[in-house]
Amino acid sequence: MNIDRQNRLLIGLGVVAAVLIIRLFVIQIVDTSYKIDASNNSMVYQTIYPTRGIIHDRNGKILVGNKITYDLLVTPKEVEEFDTLALSDVLGVTPGFIREKMDGYYRNRRKIGYQSVVMLKQLPAETYLKFAEVAYKFPGFRGQARSIREYPFNAGGNLLGYVSEVDQDYIDRHKGEYSSGDYAGKTGIEAAREKELKGEKGYAIYLRNSHNKIESRYRDGAMDKEAIPGSDITATIDSDLQNYGQQLMQNKVGSLVAIEPSTGEILTLVSSPGIDVDVLADFGNHYNEILDNPYRPMFNRAVQAPYPPGSVFKLVNGLIGLQEGVLTPETEYPCSMGYHFGRNRLGCHAHRSPLDLEESIMMSCNAYYCYVLRNILENEKYGSIGEALDKWDEYVRSFGFGRKLGSDFPAELGGTIPDAAYYDKVYGKGAWKATNVISLSIGQGEIGCTPLHLANLCATVANRGFYYIPHIIKDSRNVTIDARYRERQYTMVDTSYFPVVVEGMYRAVNSGYGSGGTASVAAVPGLEICGKTGTAQNPRGDDNSVFICFAPKDNPRIAVAAYIEHGSFGARWAAPIASLLVEKYLNGEISPQREYIEKRVLEGNLMDKVKPE
Amino acid sequence: MRLSEKGILRNTDWWIVAAYIVLVVIGLMNIYASIHSTGVTSIFDPAGRSGKQFIWTMVSIGAAALILFVINPRIYEGLSLPIYIGTVALLVAVIFLGTEVKGSRSWFELGPARFQPAEISKIATSLLLATVMSQFGFRMGRIKDFLTVAAIVTVPMLIIIAQSETGSALVYVGFIFVLYREGLSGWIIFLIGIFIALFILTLTVSPYAAILTLALVVSFCDAAYTGFMKQWLRIYLPVLAVLAGLPFLLGYLCSLTENPDAFIRRIDPVHILLGAGAVAIPFLLFRAYRSRKPFTLLAIATFIIGVALSFSTEFIFENVLQDHQRQRIEVLLGMKEDPTGVGYNVNQSMIAIGSGGFLGKGYLHGTQTTYGFVPEQSTDFIFCTIGEEWGFVGATAVILIYIFLICRIIISAEKSREAFTRIYGYCVASCIFMHLFINIGMTIGLMPVIGIPLPFVSYGGSSLLAFTILLFIFIALKSNENHNFT
Repeated sequence: MNIDRQNRLLIGLGVVAAVLIIRLFVIQIVDTSYKIDASNNSMVYQTIYPTRGIIHDRNGKILVGNKITYDLLVTPKEVEEFDTLALSDVLGVTPGFIREKMDGYYRNRRKIGYQSVVMLKQLPAETYLKFAEVAYKFPGFRGQARSIREYPFNAGGNLLGYVSEVDQDYIDRHKGEYSSGDYAGKTGIEAAREKELKGEKGYAIYLRNSHNKIESRYRDGAMDKEAIPGSDITATIDSDLQNYGQQLMQNKVGSLVAIEPSTGEILTLVSSPGIDVDVLADFGNHYNEILDNPYRPMFNRAVQAPYPPGSVFKLVNGLIGLQEGVLTPETEYPCSMGYHFGRNRLGCHAHRSPLDLEESIMMSCNAYYCYVLRNILENEKYGSIGEALDKWDEYVRSFGFGRKLGSDFPAELGGTIPDAAYYDKVYGKGAWKATNVISLSIGQGEIGCTPLHLANLCATVANRGFYYIPHIIKDSRNVTIDARYRERQYTMVDTSYFPVVVEGMYRAVNSGYGSGGTASVAAVPGLEICGKTGTAQNPRGDDNSVFICFAPKDNPRIAVAAYIEHGSFGARWAAPIASLLVEKYLNGEISPQREYIEKRVLEGNLMDKVKPE
Repeated sequence: MRLSEKGILRNTDWWIVAAYIVLVVIGLMNIYASIHSTGVTSIFDPAGRSGKQFIWTMVSIGAAALILFVINPRIYEGLSLPIYIGTVALLVAVIFLGTEVKGSRSWFELGPARFQPAEISKIATSLLLATVMSQFGFRMGRIKDFLTVAAIVTVPMLIIIAQSETGSALVYVGFIFVLYREGLSGWIIFLIGIFIALFILTLTVSPYAAILTLALVVSFCDAAYTGFMKQWLRIYLPVLAVLAGLPFLLGYLCSLTENPDAFIRRIDPVHILLGAGAVAIPFLLFRAYRSRKPFTLLAIATFIIGVALSFSTEFIFENVLQDHQRQRIEVLLGMKEDPTGVGYNVNQSMIAIGSGGFLGKGYLHGTQTTYGFVPEQSTDFIFCTIGEEWGFVGATAVILIYIFLICRIIISAEKSREAFTRIYGYCVASCIFMHLFINIGMTIGLMPVIGIPLPFVSYGGSSLLAFTILLFIFIALKSNENHNFT
């Protein structure tokens, strides 16, 4: 038995020895993939960066493409004595810069080891070609191709967002996905769609010989990993219209948003002053300049600035009044230069009196909506004004106000719509009356909404009672958008109440000068534009000019909101700008009769009126 | 002085000593080869690792001489328990007082030298095992004796695991061979083998395949042991064959329907297997109990434990193992291709060895190993240098020298008339064997990356000294015995 066990153990030992020796035989003699020529040495990994996905506009034009630049890499261990002056000359930098860098590498030589480090980033192709010609004189230096963003049109700077190198903080927040030297989208579409756009890095493995020179590919590239390019995506933006919108908005502070009502697709989204695409391409170098700009070009007013909507909001109050049954299209109210309550008056401009609902929209009567809001709030149906206001708040929110619309745009803000609890806090519980909140009737007071909200309101009216959540990414081969963007969002107001409001908006634009219509300047023959002006108080100076409009009246194809800070009356700046945008979109050009308006807008400069923060 | 006693020189096993010296010299030469490009003037330059190793070699030879010629081998048996207790105390102390090296606290810093109590604990464990197991009346089959022995081995092992030196702890598994030699049932080794295979199959193929294979092996062994081969061929084999085809059948049925929610898609073959097991096992248990077949009962128990292990594999893998251990296993089993990260060492090591070819690149002409691309070049991965510079011939020769050494120890232990010497000899052989297999297996991609040295060859003074003491105690015991009996 014992002898037996001893022999078994010896046999086991023999088997293990045989396994080891056979394995050695395999890797040393049979398997040639391990048998590398003796002069070849260690593997060098070179990262292959993927090209980022391209962003197309709705018509297939490239909004954001890629172009090749070169990074200059240095492997300090491979660098021999070289002519600093010649290198600096080729690269267009000072010899001091190169010496400083090389000294830095020398100090960190232990940390760097055999690795390569980036000495210069994003060399233009011409510079790189000059270097490539003489590269043989500079062992240890090599270029690495890398694609960066290129913008064929000056359209949608803020919207597109910028791409820049990731910092340590970003790497930590996205564990395992990024490493130093990678680029990532930081704002706008680039950030929202980073996952699709970024692609996947690859690597090529090279072999170094015993003199530490890169000599050949490891296993002829069999172990290399190809970079997978990012997916292309299609934006809903119309690049021509976006570009035109930006021109209209130049030298003005505010936003211009256009939506296709039948889909909720954002055609144009301008925040002015914004970021030029030239700056985007090289964001890193302009970063401080952008931060120092008092007009805050990074701030995307179109989705982030809460503004009082002004008279545009009368549409909402009128619709709520109709739904609540406290108002009919035929109801008439008087106006004597405003609405008088107690010793106070909420002023209005001169127009004939009394007016019915359609006319109140056409002429934008303030007094009319004071009556309407008062009737809404002092409705017997509800136990108290607070309860009525909460109901009103619910209605308003059903239009998308006071909350994020849920667009796919990053950093969208919700704005504010007050409720009873809010006024209870301000005035004390129950210690306020309809007249305390009367300015809500004309879109003033405690209301804050973004230009996107206003454009969405316009699209809702254009659709006669529903909207699609506004969005900037379209379905395309690689990207499917969320199903919620295809669902109709109905407001709490019945669709049958909308036509009268539409009629009022139509008359506001198309009644001709002298009729009392507030937006005659926006009329374009043949386009049936329906619009509503607004003039919102701005405590910092001149009023804000507001205008929303859609066209054509039936089967509308575009709904626009223009919001111009310190632009005075709605008809002064916002209406011309919005109507020009509509005309450009529907007709492709501006008619000769309206060229003077275009000229005035393009040349208009309101920057002096704006006091930067 | 025992040196004066005649016959010590004659009675010493010079073959073992010769193998030892050859290995130490090979170690010195290859340590120098792996560092010669760093500006060391010669193999004896004390600034370099080879010079330091040379000094340690001198110390080790001194210690060997002391053990052979001065210390009376009779004292080991008596001292084994105090030595063991002292070592365990050191092992615990190092966790709190040791210097942290690469994430584990297992080293004591003594001036210029460092030493790892885990290295002495192999000697202490071997001595105590030999003492306990050589007692008159010791029987492996007796539960009390078995538990004593198991405790002697597992206590230091667990403390070493607590030091995060799982690799060093793995060496203690080798003592199972000693226990086997002294009467432990071979089925235990077989069982451990099955469970390791099960673990690997579950990870690489699927739990289904693993459980099925387990059922096949266990039922086959039972049939072979109890002599029911015909029945096995008639019933078990066809049933298992049908079960093996089941996933393919399900896959085929799924391909027939387009409906993603179809009932057929929700069937997991493992559930069917479990259902079948739940019906069959109570029946088999009952039959085995009635016909009093303890082996069958044990086989069924093995199967149930195996199934439980298979299902907890993922849990063990994800939660019990540490990150780096998991990654090393993943790379070894080819579950992850990772030539930059964890796989780097192994990949580099295999390229180095592979590039050596049949005859190697020649001494000091290795390229992979001179530029420091293989990490831990002179310590754990010293075999790369041998493989690259001496080729298949040299590497095989080194393995054969080890095998010769181990065989020689086993044979001479076997010839020993004292159980203490025999058992101690087996302990020495097992330790050297485990180090050899794990270390070389790691460099050629057969084992996960476990950082333990190649005995006598790897750079590391305290390791060399510990192995020298371990080995020469055996040589001394043996020579003393020869002296006494001739």
